[in-house]
Amino acid sequence: MTMKPSRQVGIVGYGAYVPRYRLAAEEISQLWRGGQDRDTLPVREKSVPGPDEDSVSMSIEAARNALQRAQIDPTQLRAVWVGSESPPYAVKPTSTIVAQAIGAVPSTSAGDWEFACKAGSETMQAAIAMVGSSMADYAMGIGMDTAQGRPGDALEYTAAAGGAAFVFGPGEEALAVLEASYSYVTDTPDFFRRAHQHYPEHGNRFTGEPAYFHHVLSAGRHLMESLGLTAEDFALAVFHQPNVKFPQRAAQKLGFTAEQIRPGLLVGDIGNTYAGSSLIGLTGCLDAAQPGDRILMVSFGSGAGSDAFSFVVTEQLSKRRSLARTTQDYIARRQPVHYATYARWRSKLLLK
Amino acid sequence: MDIARHWRLRDQRYNLQGTVCAGCGHKMFPPRVVCPECRSRKIETFEFSGQGEVYSHTVVYQAPEGFDAYVPYVAALVRLEEGPLISAQLTDVNVDEVAIGLPVEMVTRKLTEQEENGLIVYGYKFRPRF
Repeated sequence: MTMKPSRQVGIVGYGAYVPRYRLAAEEISQLWRGGQDRDTLPVREKSVPGPDEDSVSMSIEAARNALQRAQIDPTQLRAVWVGSESPPYAVKPTSTIVAQAIGAVPSTSAGDWEFACKAGSETMQAAIAMVGSSMADYAMGIGMDTAQGRPGDALEYTAAAGGAAFVFGPGEEALAVLEASYSYVTDTPDFFRRAHQHYPEHGNRFTGEPAYFHHVLSAGRHLMESLGLTAEDFALAVFHQPNVKFPQRAAQKLGFTAEQIRPGLLVGDIGNTYAGSSLIGLTGCLDAAQPGDRILMVSFGSGAGSDAFSFVVTEQLSKRRSLARTTQDYIARRQPVHYATYARWRSKLLLK
Repeated sequence: MDIARHWRLRDQRYNLQGTVCAGCGHKMFPPRVVCPECRSRKIETFEFSGQGEVYSHTVVYQAPEGFDAYVPYVAALVRLEEGPLISAQLTDVNVDEVAIGLPVEMVTRKLTEQEENGLIVYGYKFRPRF
């Protein structure tokens, strides 16, 4: 059930993007709850996209960073796939705008993927398959979101903006080679948004055990067991991060230490970037990893499912890492905004 | 809706794609078919690096239609490192941080939205280098 491509495939380039603006969870708490939940906030602050940013513009920047590290001509890409639950158009692909902007057109596949927060890692599975089957030498997968939570809802504390892009290519050129992957899905309606609705609905506590933990732990455990590995065999691990606690608990249940998940656990500083969440966590790991390090990544998307990947870092990572801005460069570029600015930019004010 | 015009301009808008004169090496943005320096018609496509600096700037408080969402914003003349002087909006910057000579880099951002059922137009803006 574990999936392995018929030739070696790996990450040849990666790039992150986080907008400049931040909204403190404490400010949301103060506005809607009078600060009552001040001591139990799910994150410290979340990233907020500027008024001219969306999943298209953010994907373009992450993709350009990934290409800088990949050191390939963008016309060599045979796929540009974007996974997101916040595409700017309901009908009109995000991916063709991104492909045009990075210079990958016209001899490429392009498509938008949808699976709540798992849309990004679905593009990775598909890109691995495309390269692994020798249909193409290079394929790009992106996970990017500008997530929205209903004002005053629990999700508003965490719904954030950001994500990452990966170029997959032949294993011999990779800075991290894929060992194997695994996907685990069931019909579990923990979180959803109907057509034409602005904000999603969620099942409160139902989102925990039967949704997030069941799928993340099942996917992670199966992949590790099938490879004959335990948590000790991994240098780093990243799990989908809707808040700080969930990935910490998932890591602990699978036997990982706080140290192993630290470089990829970004949610406290940038919030939940939905389809970009585990992908940008992986970029945080790659920014910190050493040759020979094994990295586990497990995504989660509501509805529900998880993709798990095991990568082994090669010598090439240290040569190409500095060719683009690191994830921490973007996190350090930080301008706090007040709730009123956030409300204006995120179109929460009725103007006509 | 000007769909054809936006479509035609996509590469110069997304990527700062201009032209270079094969005769004298003069670089042009926006693209031209005749070199204004040597009158040569041997013109090739040239993609600018996106690096430059603020040549002059102003703050816009009364925006034209379609740009209200960004007010107040900085409109600037940017001197690209390859030579051309172009006008563009600055982004990811506080209006009081902008000064002549500020090093900037190109980013592709949303320029405007044509009402709720219209086209979303993307193109170059500049932000401070970081």
